[in-house]
Amino acid sequence: MEANNISEHVTHRHRDDVGAKLGMWLFLFTELLLFGGMFLAYAVYRMKYPQQFHISAMEMNTTMGTLNTIILLTSSLTMVLSIAAMQKRNKFLSIIFLLSTLFLGTLFLINKYFEWSHEISKGIYPGSEVLLSKQNGEILYFGLYYAMTGLHGLHVIIGMIVLVFMLVFVINDNIKWDDYVKLENAGLYWHLVDIIWIFLFPLFYLIQ
Amino acid sequence: MANGTAVIAGKSFYEEGTTKSKSGIASWIFSTDHKRIGLLYLISIVSFFIIGVIIAELIRLELIAPGETIVDAETYNRLFTLHGVIMIFLFIIPGIPAVFGNFFLPIQIGAKDVAFPRLNLLSWWLYMTGAVLAITSLFLPGGPADTGWTFYVPYSVRTGSNVIFALLAAFILGFSSILTGLNFVTTVHRLRIKGMSFFKMPLNIWALYATAWIQVIATPIIGITLLLIIIERTFGVGIFDPTLGGDPVLYQHLFWIYSHPAVYVMILPAMGVVSEIIATFSRRTVFGYKMVAFSSLTIAFVGYLVWAHHMFTAGLSETAAVVFSLLTFIVAIPSAIKVFNWVATMYKGSIDPRTPFKWVMVFIFLFSIGGLTGLVLGSLATDVHLHDTYFVVAHFHFVMFGGAGTIFFAAMHYWFPKMFGKMYNEKIADIGVYMFLISFLTLYFPMFLLGYNGQPRRYFDYLPQFQTLHVISTIGAWMMLITITLVVWNLIHALRKGEKAPDNPWGGVTLEWQTSSPPPLENFEEMPNVPNEPYDFSHLTGIKDGSK
Repeated sequence: MEANNISEHVTHRHRDDVGAKLGMWLFLFTELLLFGGMFLAYAVYRMKYPQQFHISAMEMNTTMGTLNTIILLTSSLTMVLSIAAMQKRNKFLSIIFLLSTLFLGTLFLINKYFEWSHEISKGIYPGSEVLLSKQNGEILYFGLYYAMTGLHGLHVIIGMIVLVFMLVFVINDNIKWDDYVKLENAGLYWHLVDIIWIFLFPLFYLIQ
Repeated sequence: MANGTAVIAGKSFYEEGTTKSKSGIASWIFSTDHKRIGLLYLISIVSFFIIGVIIAELIRLELIAPGETIVDAETYNRLFTLHGVIMIFLFIIPGIPAVFGNFFLPIQIGAKDVAFPRLNLLSWWLYMTGAVLAITSLFLPGGPADTGWTFYVPYSVRTGSNVIFALLAAFILGFSSILTGLNFVTTVHRLRIKGMSFFKMPLNIWALYATAWIQVIATPIIGITLLLIIIERTFGVGIFDPTLGGDPVLYQHLFWIYSHPAVYVMILPAMGVVSEIIATFSRRTVFGYKMVAFSSLTIAFVGYLVWAHHMFTAGLSETAAVVFSLLTFIVAIPSAIKVFNWVATMYKGSIDPRTPFKWVMVFIFLFSIGGLTGLVLGSLATDVHLHDTYFVVAHFHFVMFGGAGTIFFAAMHYWFPKMFGKMYNEKIADIGVYMFLISFLTLYFPMFLLGYNGQPRRYFDYLPQFQTLHVISTIGAWMMLITITLVVWNLIHALRKGEKAPDNPWGGVTLEWQTSSPPPLENFEEMPNVPNEPYDFSHLTGIKDGSK
């Protein structure tokens, strides 16, 4: 115990992987609650305007939504594989899987871009004349659609920035096979982004 | 004391830092040492408190006579909004956890630092960013927000003032609060010294732990709510806009789901400090230690379920109103457990009524009045009469300023010797306590009467029959200004000219009193002894009136 203390004192390094993950889970919890507020608003207005939500949901492109779901789920897989590769001391493979995750994330955003611009080209965006001429429930549906998928998209972007940092860390050997809690935490964040989409997808594309 | 003598040769954290630069401002604003961060918070928070006090003085001056006195109605709205935003988001929510929690949480559990020191520094930077945003809106065209600190829609969506700045500020401050919260939860779980089980932790740690959970669980809700208003103002998506089908009452629900638990973020850490001070100056273990510890968690849990008692007149269903009223009464129980156990702790104790203890006595008196009047507001029938009157203002200031604010001063006087290694003039400090009590009652008690007689809150004008009470209250505000000046001056004077403080001036038994004053960089030169029970005074029989 005593000897241990002295060596810690000299290096000033404090490492606690369990603590780091605990902190990350708490943070993910706050993220879930952040989105929780929006899901609550969605539930309230769906109850209030079931008919008009139905009409609006018919306009959604389910194929695009399904495609994006597949892309994000696959990116979660490559994320896990990257960590697994790191555990097996395979740095090269870990980098390859990180790059694939980043690639799939980009693909998701491109897809989202086309989807949004398709809606906008139809004149459906907050404050537009086409939207304002519709019924209240439809205005709210699209308002929530843009707000919720927009905030989710922002999280995808943040997640990708985090992953770029992880990529640099892996290349620099800052993340190694015996010290990869950063990579794990980044993975947890990426899965959160994924799981929120898993809930957004049925709410906006499948329930009609 | 055996532990005190061993560390004379050591350097304090003022002389040894974590940054490359050894002195100057950079060694502070980039330091990851929890003690330096605590002091950074102290300086910033006290500065904003003083700004908040000055604004409050202007508000009281305006109310000295009916009609326009010094400012017009529009400016008056901005003033009380700014007063609320500054006092709530910049002073009282971060107040005790960010200053004294940061400084003493690791020391009291025998740790070298918090679990995430860099995150801790980031949360101070976020705090400053939020604060700067809130202050910037003062100087922009359009002026600061005039919505009240509650930002109720639809007015907050329609007004031309810079609401977005205030909203963004509150959002960022919330983020800072979340980071502090998750840091503290992780620290308590992971960094307790060997031998300190949960039920050997000081009650201050229990209170900070419960607070940290509220910060983690409740703050994201205000985050998303404020974000939605920003989106609403910028894009007009209609979520809270009744003309587009949105529901303003939904906003109120979301707002209070955070903002009610937030009042427990303000008061719980204060309650933790009270337990410390009462035990130390009664030389006795806290009566019902476990119940006091659990009551912190109960407050955190039940406090999450009472939000709609702010909305009894907003068109709730009768069932909902009755349920929320009942829950409000239930949340009073753990608070009462604490108050009764504190009083029971003093019974047959060896009471040494030094300055911090006197502050705590003021707290118990004022907080009890504030708490009981809270029940008057929690009852449905009386709330209809008193809702949105000065009764609410009085109640709120009794629990928040009389409660959390008083304990901010108490904690300052209790831990001042440990933080700065200096003693203050206790006679002047005592005079400060007495003056505080008198000016507090002069300032706020008339507001109960005003509210009972029907004066609505947030009005800049009033009927002539209310003037006497308003004048008394304004005089109280001047007395309060003098008191705060005296108390703050006394402490600043002590910083410069105070006697050197011993390691354990009060005879406390929690771990912070086992290290030097001020503590070394990693808090302890040698590992502290963990006592068998949290407040064990049996071995301190030698110290009866402080080891001066």
